Amino acid sequence: MKSTRTGLAAAAAVLALTVSACGSDDGGGGDAGSGGDGGGDSIRIGIKFDQPGLGLKQGEEYTGMDVDIATYVAGELGYSEDQIEWVQAPSAQRENLIATDQVRLIFATYSITDERKEQVSFAGPYFIAGQDLLVRSDDDSITGPDSLDGKSLCSVTGSTSAQNVQEEVPGVNLQEFGTYSECVAALQSGAIDALTTDDTILAGYAAQPQYEGQLKVVGNTFSEERYGVGLKKGDTELCQQVTDAINQMFEDGSWQAAVDDNLGQAGYQPGAGNPPTPDECA
Amino acid sequence: MSAENVLFDAPGPRARLRHNILTVVGVVLLAAILWVVYRRMAEANQLEPYLWQPYVTDAAVWTSYILPGLQATLEAAAISMVLAGVYGLVFGMGRLSEHRPIRWVSSVVVEFFRSVPVLLMMVFFFYGYFARADWLSSTMAPLAAVVLGLTLYNGSVIAELVRSGVHSLPKGQAEAGLSIGLTPTQTLRSIQLPQALRAMLPALIGQLVVVLKDTALGTVVLYPELLTQGGRTLGSAYGNVIPAYIVVAVIFIVINYALTVVAGRVESRMKRKRRSAGGPQTNAMPGAPGGEGTMESSGVGGDNVQNIDATSR
Amino acid sequence: MGDFFSNYDILGAFWVTVQLSVLSAIGALVIGTVVAVLRISPVGVLRLIGSLYVNLIRNTPLTLLMVSSILGLTFILGLQISEQNTRNAYWWAVIMLSVYHAAFVCEAIRSGVNTIPAGQAEAARSIGLTFGQSMREVLLPQAFRGAIAPLGSTLIALIKNTTVAAVILGTAEAAGLLAQITENEGASLPLFFVFALGFVVLTLPIGIGITNLSRRLAVKR
Repeated sequence: MKSTRTGLAAAAAVLALTVSACGSDDGGGGDAGSGGDGGGDSIRIGIKFDQPGLGLKQGEEYTGMDVDIATYVAGELGYSEDQIEWVQAPSAQRENLIATDQVRLIFATYSITDERKEQVSFAGPYFIAGQDLLVRSDDDSITGPDSLDGKSLCSVTGSTSAQNVQEEVPGVNLQEFGTYSECVAALQSGAIDALTTDDTILAGYAAQPQYEGQLKVVGNTFSEERYGVGLKKGDTELCQQVTDAINQMFEDGSWQAAVDDNLGQAGYQPGAGNPPTPDECA
Repeated sequence: MSAENVLFDAPGPRARLRHNILTVVGVVLLAAILWVVYRRMAEANQLEPYLWQPYVTDAAVWTSYILPGLQATLEAAAISMVLAGVYGLVFGMGRLSEHRPIRWVSSVVVEFFRSVPVLLMMVFFFYGYFARADWLSSTMAPLAAVVLGLTLYNGSVIAELVRSGVHSLPKGQAEAGLSIGLTPTQTLRSIQLPQALRAMLPALIGQLVVVLKDTALGTVVLYPELLTQGGRTLGSAYGNVIPAYIVVAVIFIVINYALTVVAGRVESRMKRKRRSAGGPQTNAMPGAPGGEGTMESSGVGGDNVQNIDATSR
Repeated sequence: MGDFFSNYDILGAFWVTVQLSVLSAIGALVIGTVVAVLRISPVGVLRLIGSLYVNLIRNTPLTLLMVSSILGLTFILGLQISEQNTRNAYWWAVIMLSVYHAAFVCEAIRSGVNTIPAGQAEAARSIGLTFGQSMREVLLPQAFRGAIAPLGSTLIALIKNTTVAAVILGTAEAAGLLAQITENEGASLPLFFVFALGFVVLTLPIGIGITNLSRRLAVKR
């Protein structure tokens, strides 16, 4: 009996330890939440952490076009590079991150749509992307969705891009995976003929040193995605500041530099309509 | 019973020859498979040094991806296991309660959460609720979904373990408690549960393996656990998805195997203890006097057969 | 709610879940039995192969097995079952579900073998049965009956684990379809409940049936 009680006490102690351990984690998370609306000495910006060429966390370094543009815009808002705190902004959580003040701005391949405008405001667009195809660089047989009939195509499970192509080209041989990087590996090995999603994401993979010279973006977009900067709904002042910064970026050539540095390695050129004219902040 | 010496005779000369041939065939077959895999990997350029080098030359591979991922996996598993233990005790006792409504409610809850795939629960809790909750930070939301899903499922399994553990005790234990004037609840709490819990220990460790493996489901809600960090994110950053997955698989296998071995050790130690103490032998073969009810983990004998719950990915 | 049913093939997705479950259950039972025999066979190297199989497969997350079937086995080793990617993924999902759960079936059967009193095996040997004969005629039939309960929980786990196939199967199966609907229409509580209930309907009768069966089939000693 006695040993049982000691056992239970030990179990209770373990439980208390675990709870307090995650309690301290909670504290960190809570701080993160309230830090967003301060704006005094740092700014929290949401980006993708796993998208090469757009927003990629590599070790403690952040690289990509979204990162470069965000850094420039933050600079115009009066924040130096080391005052930026990067926050991961997965697609499903972007609206909530802004609504709950966990970040002030989001640069994360965030397409401006009317549906999203009900929850957040957008500055921009700062880039016009479109659904495109990534193929091996020695493959000239695929020029657009029309030439996909009978080809092996890869996309992410249930994604809009996969559904679009399936509707347009019913004869396509579709393989779906959980992430794009799995598709890229399959494409590189020759087992898949093409990968489809936004051309920016595709260009990001093609530009990775590991795939140097092996992959190319077809450059025949068949949809329009207007990437905007997500911010708190109704914050017209911030929207205006961001829009001004983006306009200035177009003018002084830093926008072009951000695109070329991050996506240009494999010969990718932004599609028609770039650089775009930002919408009015209303 | 040790299978080896009971199931077959000591081999004679002809049988020994046959065994030797089988041994050679087995070894050759294994080696051939490994060789083909190696050749094909090389042909598909998956053995190129630049894909594997980061694991040696770039410390960030470990410090920014694999170790934080491992930490997140262990964290989620530890919290879930503790909460599942509490949940399992509460609902296990609920199913043993003398009050019919409590029994009924507990049974419905346990049976429901045992039937729903953990993956669906995580997706549901995350997209349906936590991702939109304004009181939860964005990094905590996936953790909450993972922990809740794992707790509800594994807690329900533990509740069943508690119930079967108590049922497997000799009737005399409960009768003794009642006869000295304890209420049924007191009997359950101070006599039956402590014994059942001890008998459950190996099965509980086995369940820990399930929890650990199931944290990998968290990848669908972007919880930065080992599979997400060491596989997907690392694979994206370094363009080496396939090597990344191989490394992650090896880490999972090593950890889970170690846990399985621990579970086996605990069980055999407990068996020894019980035998020397001459206490009730729940591990006796069914049919042996007194060995009426057998727990899931008892009567199983053999080495490490704890991890018998397949619900995990 | 009705919208979901008319716009998406929810019943079709569950039908795929059922197909996957049935085919993989058969596969897992066959492979699992073979591995169990390997694990208790007289030949050392076969025992080694058996325990390697169980310990490797059982300790790997199923997601990884699924992904590696396409990414590794099909694309790198060239083991393509069908030219059609969706068919290929379907059959690999069946194989991987079988292979994964076979490890648990093996352990269930082994635990069943271990419930058989030593006298049975000794009796089989003493009347001159070989290892194969005593397995077939004496031990396995009893082991299966003794292993009904763990085999049943493995079956239930298998049905639920078909959801993991979504990582290679796309939207054909229940969990993948749920992800797609969530992406298109946003999260919906009633919808989740429908999917959850679908699995309750599939697994609960099996659980009850198994309990009864194991009681009825238990070897009386």
